[in-house]
Amino acid sequence: MTLDIQNIRGQFPVLDQEVNGKPLIYLDNAATTQKPKAVLEALSSYYTHDNSNIHRGAHTLADRATRTYEKTRSAVRSFLNSKEEEEIIFTKGTTEGINLVASTFGRKFIKEGDEIIISTLEHHSNIVPWQMLCEEKGAVLKVIPINDKGEILIDEFDKLLTEKTKLVSIVHASNALGTINPIEEVISKAHKIGARVLIDGAQSSAHLEIDVQALDCDFFVMSAHKIYGPTGLGVLYGKREVLEAMPPYQGGGEMIKEVTFDKTTYNEIPFKFEAGTPNIADVIAFQKAIEFVNDLGKSNIRAHEESLLTYAVDKLSNIKGFIPVGTADKKVSVLSFLINGMHPFDVGMMLDASGIAVRTGHHCTQPLMNRFDLEGTVRASFSVYNTKEEVDRLVESVSKIAKLKNK
Amino acid sequence: MTDIKQVQEEIIDEFTILEGDRESTIFYIMELGNKLSEYPEEARLDENLIKGCQSKVWLTTEEKEGKVIFKADSNTDITKGLISLLIRVLSDRNPKEIVDADLYFIEKIGMGNILGSQRSNGLVAMIKQMKLYALAYQSKLNV
Repeated sequence: MTLDIQNIRGQFPVLDQEVNGKPLIYLDNAATTQKPKAVLEALSSYYTHDNSNIHRGAHTLADRATRTYEKTRSAVRSFLNSKEEEEIIFTKGTTEGINLVASTFGRKFIKEGDEIIISTLEHHSNIVPWQMLCEEKGAVLKVIPINDKGEILIDEFDKLLTEKTKLVSIVHASNALGTINPIEEVISKAHKIGARVLIDGAQSSAHLEIDVQALDCDFFVMSAHKIYGPTGLGVLYGKREVLEAMPPYQGGGEMIKEVTFDKTTYNEIPFKFEAGTPNIADVIAFQKAIEFVNDLGKSNIRAHEESLLTYAVDKLSNIKGFIPVGTADKKVSVLSFLINGMHPFDVGMMLDASGIAVRTGHHCTQPLMNRFDLEGTVRASFSVYNTKEEVDRLVESVSKIAKLKNK
Repeated sequence: MTDIKQVQEEIIDEFTILEGDRESTIFYIMELGNKLSEYPEEARLDENLIKGCQSKVWLTTEEKEGKVIFKADSNTDITKGLISLLIRVLSDRNPKEIVDADLYFIEKIGMGNILGSQRSNGLVAMIKQMKLYALAYQSKLNV
C-alpha cells in the first residue's frame, strides 16, 4: 500500500512552521519523532476529563483512568507480541529499562568473573549500566567488534561467547549508523550457552516488526517518544519467568503486596517493577501512537522510509566531499555523513539556517565514533512524514555547504 | 589604535549589512574563521584548550610591551570565526582594557540567537578565559 504522505503530514501540526524563514524540514527522527494530533488530543483529554490516580481509587474517574492505562499495556503486548500483558513494564524510557535490568537481574544473577557481551555499536545507555554493574560485581564486559561498514563481526561474537557469558545486551538498530544487527542469530547463539539476551529496541521499534516470542529474546526495551508517542515513557518487555526471578527495582507504592515494619512482600509483575504513581497521561496517549503505527502498517512505513534513504544516498553520493559513515547492507532510515574538510557542528548549524533539523556530534556513541576515528557525524534520519521534496532540499543545502571546502 | 568601542561599532556595522539573515551570517562568520591567523603548533596543547566549549578551542597569549596578544584556533570554522571577532576586539590591548571591556557587540549582532544555547555557552567560556588571562597579566605587570 502506498501511503498518503500529505495526509499523514496533516496529522503533525508541528511540521507546519517556518524555521529561520524557511519551511521546517525535520530530519532528526532518530532522536525523537513528532507527535500526531491523536496523541496530543489524548494527553489533553486525559487531563481535561479523566485525571486521577490509578489502580486503587474507589471512584469513577480512577476506574476510568485505570482501564485506559491498562488498555495501553494490552496494546503494547500486541505491538511486541509478548505472550502476556504482565510481561510489559512501563519505564521512563529505554535507558531506564536497561538500568532496571542491570540493577535487578544484574544484582541477583551476575557474579564475579561472569561476562557480559555488548557490541561496538551501542549507545552509551547500553554501555554505562553494564560498566557500573561489572565494576560492582567484578564481572567483565566484552565488546563485539565491527567492520568498516558498521556491521558486527559474528565470527568474533562466536569467540567471545563462553560458559562465563551470562548476558548479551545488544542494539537492534544502531542510532548512529542505522545498521540492523542480526539479532535472531545473536539470540540463538547466546541461548545455546545459556546466556540471557537483552535487545535495545529504541531505534528499531519504529521501523521494524517486533515479535518478542519469535525472537525469543529475554528482554526488549524501547522508548515511546521514538515511535510518535510522548517523552518520558518506555517499555521493558521481559519473559515472565525471568521477571519473576528478579528482585524489585525501586521500593514504594504500587510495587508492594503488604508492608509491615518487619517485612514487606512484593506485588506481582508487572506492578513489582512500577513503584510510585506512573506516567499515567503519557501511557494513555501512547496507545494513540501505537494505533497510528498500526493503522499505517509498519511494512508500509518502512517501505516509504527506505525509499527516502535510498534516494538521499543516491543523490548525496554525487556531491563532491560527501562521505557516508556506516554503509551496512541492512539499515533503518538513518544517514550519517561527513563533509570533507568541515566539522559536523558547522554543517549542522548551516543546515539549521536553511530550516533543516539534523543531529550532529557523537550521538551518545563515543566508542563507536572512536572506532572510526571520528569526533562525530552529521545524522539525517527519516520518518514516515518526510517527503522526497524534503530530501531534495537537504541535497541542495548539503551541496551548497560542501562547495565551501570542496571546489 | 582604535579603542574597543570603535572596533565593536565596526563589527556591528558589518553585521548590519547581513540584515539578520541567519544563513548569510553563518557563512560570513565562517569566512572570518578562514582568515584567522595561523596558530603556533607548539601551543596546540591540551592545557591550552578552553573548558566549556563543545568544539575544541586552543587559546594562548603573549605579552608585548605591556599589551596582551591572543592567538587561538578551533577545529570548527564557525568557532574560528567567533574567535577572530574576539581577537579583533580584545587582542593587542593593555590588560586593564581587556578586563574592563564591555562586549556589547555580541548582543547587538544577535549572536546568542544565531548560535543557540550550547555554542553561546562556549562563547561565554572563551571570553571568560581571555579576561582571566588579562587579569593574570594585570597583576603580574602591576598595571
